[in-house]
Amino acid sequence: MIRALAARPGETLTSFLSRQSVRTRLSHLTMHLLLLAITATALLPMVYMVSTSLKPEGTEYEFPIRWIPERIVWENYPKAFTSVRTLVFLKNTLLITALSLVGGLLSASLAAYGFARLRFPGRSVLFILMLSTLMLPYFVTMIPLFILFRTLGWINTLYPLIVPAFFGGSPLYIFLLRQFFLTLPTELDDAAKIDGAGFFRTWWSVLVPLTKPALATVAILSLVHHWNEFVGPLIFLNTENNFTLALGIRLFRDQYTTFLNYTMAYSTMMTVPILTVFFLFQKYFIRGISMTGLTGR
Amino acid sequence: MTTGDPIVQALPGRWAQRTGLGLRLSLRRREALAGYLAILPWFLGFLFFAIGPIAASFGLMFVSWEVITPPTWSGLGNFERLLGDSLALISLQNTLFYTVFAVPLNLLAALFAASLLNVGVRGTNVYRAIIYLPSQMPLVASSILWFYIFSPTYGLANGVLGWFGVAPQRWLWDVNLVKASLVIMAVWAFGGAMIIFLAGLQGIPTALYEAAEIDGANTFSRFRLITLPMLSPTIFFNLIVGIIGSFQVFTSVFLMTAGGPGSSSLMLVLYIYRNAFQHFKMGYASVLAWLLFCIVLILTLVQFALSRRWVYYEGETR
Repeated sequence: MIRALAARPGETLTSFLSRQSVRTRLSHLTMHLLLLAITATALLPMVYMVSTSLKPEGTEYEFPIRWIPERIVWENYPKAFTSVRTLVFLKNTLLITALSLVGGLLSASLAAYGFARLRFPGRSVLFILMLSTLMLPYFVTMIPLFILFRTLGWINTLYPLIVPAFFGGSPLYIFLLRQFFLTLPTELDDAAKIDGAGFFRTWWSVLVPLTKPALATVAILSLVHHWNEFVGPLIFLNTENNFTLALGIRLFRDQYTTFLNYTMAYSTMMTVPILTVFFLFQKYFIRGISMTGLTGR
Repeated sequence: MTTGDPIVQALPGRWAQRTGLGLRLSLRRREALAGYLAILPWFLGFLFFAIGPIAASFGLMFVSWEVITPPTWSGLGNFERLLGDSLALISLQNTLFYTVFAVPLNLLAALFAASLLNVGVRGTNVYRAIIYLPSQMPLVASSILWFYIFSPTYGLANGVLGWFGVAPQRWLWDVNLVKASLVIMAVWAFGGAMIIFLAGLQGIPTALYEAAEIDGANTFSRFRLITLPMLSPTIFFNLIVGIIGSFQVFTSVFLMTAGGPGSSSLMLVLYIYRNAFQHFKMGYASVLAWLLFCIVLILTLVQFALSRRWVYYEGETR
């Protein structure tokens, strides 16, 4: 880069600047500067969070902000972790996340198979109906659902957060998997049929193994959604032993509102697993988003 | 099965026809049955968790129900209440204000960053991952983080203002700044829309740009004449999804301002939540929820109608 930017002997400034390679380099330099500025803006709040989470008690309110703590206090993390019943919240969150993942994958894949590979009257209408439910604001259904779950005695249990996942997951998952099923050659189904496999056997043994990339994408979407979900738990859960992490962090904030370092440690702890999953499975994240437009919020 | 089939010809005519037809039908029936069975779990969910609740919510609009006592018919009472409810109006105005600023700013930032990333300078993958991060942070965690960032006495927001010599602000505690603060936080998480734009940009054939370059088009006119029209379906999609989402803003407001100071950041969904789950006015909350639904529906339909004028679909429709 430096060498390309060096002016050749005897070169005038005009000819130097108009050289194609120099123009490209300079425009790339501008790009890097702009991208660095955006990256810094994206990161700054997170750096602030991590930096504050490591500060000794009493120094977290210093202003102007001291970016590198005078002493790095890792103990803030175990302290924050144990000061509320984090293990219980974690267990509930994992239970919800894992079970809805399984239920969502199974039922969405099955429905997607039906919509993509099997012909039946009313298929297109049902498919459009399914997609149109995406537009429903969740609070329109939330009130009757609350009443329904209350009648079933499910309020303050994990059922309302798990059971619905077994009934299709989300229309987006079905849509994404259906699109993927459509790309597989129909000869696969025919070959399976000749071998004597029924429709469900064809789905399970022939097609499901081939849709692994799409299933991984859906798995990531579902995982992130259930890990982050706040409104559902807020409405359906009301005692601490049923709380999820999302509710736990709020509880923590309300109880330790003056302990900024612990609160930031807690926020960091809730964020890190998701970001780890993101970095490990970036490809699937990006695909899920570009295929469905679901941004994870 | 054709009539030329030797087996069919060997069988007595009518009988063969009937079984042949019967066989075909039963195969098709079996496929249809399997199809219905495959979508059955989803369909049950659709009935119990979507259509059923919508119907129930419609009915709830006409009753007065505080959960602990049995519901009583109230006719149009809930609607009359809505007409005289200044808080509902305020929450609607606040939500509109929030949407009008948060959605376009978010999309502009996303489009800008996506265009930069699409050039493909070295390190693009790293830039993309980091710029995308904020949108993946759990909303609860980022709301709490931004709550402290906006602290009037020690927060990062005032720290940044200080670098530019601007006086500290009261952000979430300032009636005039609170909505802007929420918008800033929403724009910060533009990564999701950016990824969608990036996918859209990568779908534009490079031949178009090469041809334009030969014709002497500069960067700006290439953007205006090729990128914008080719990207318009993606912009349209992001706009629709953005507005639907923005009208339902809840978690950040609930955790950061609780609608305050006063009612200056009271949003429609927060108001619905309060009526339904704090005051247990299920009937009135349903009216508000349907108001939200109708607004979102109308806005979406209007956008679809307007889209014919500016969204360009090449070949197949998306």
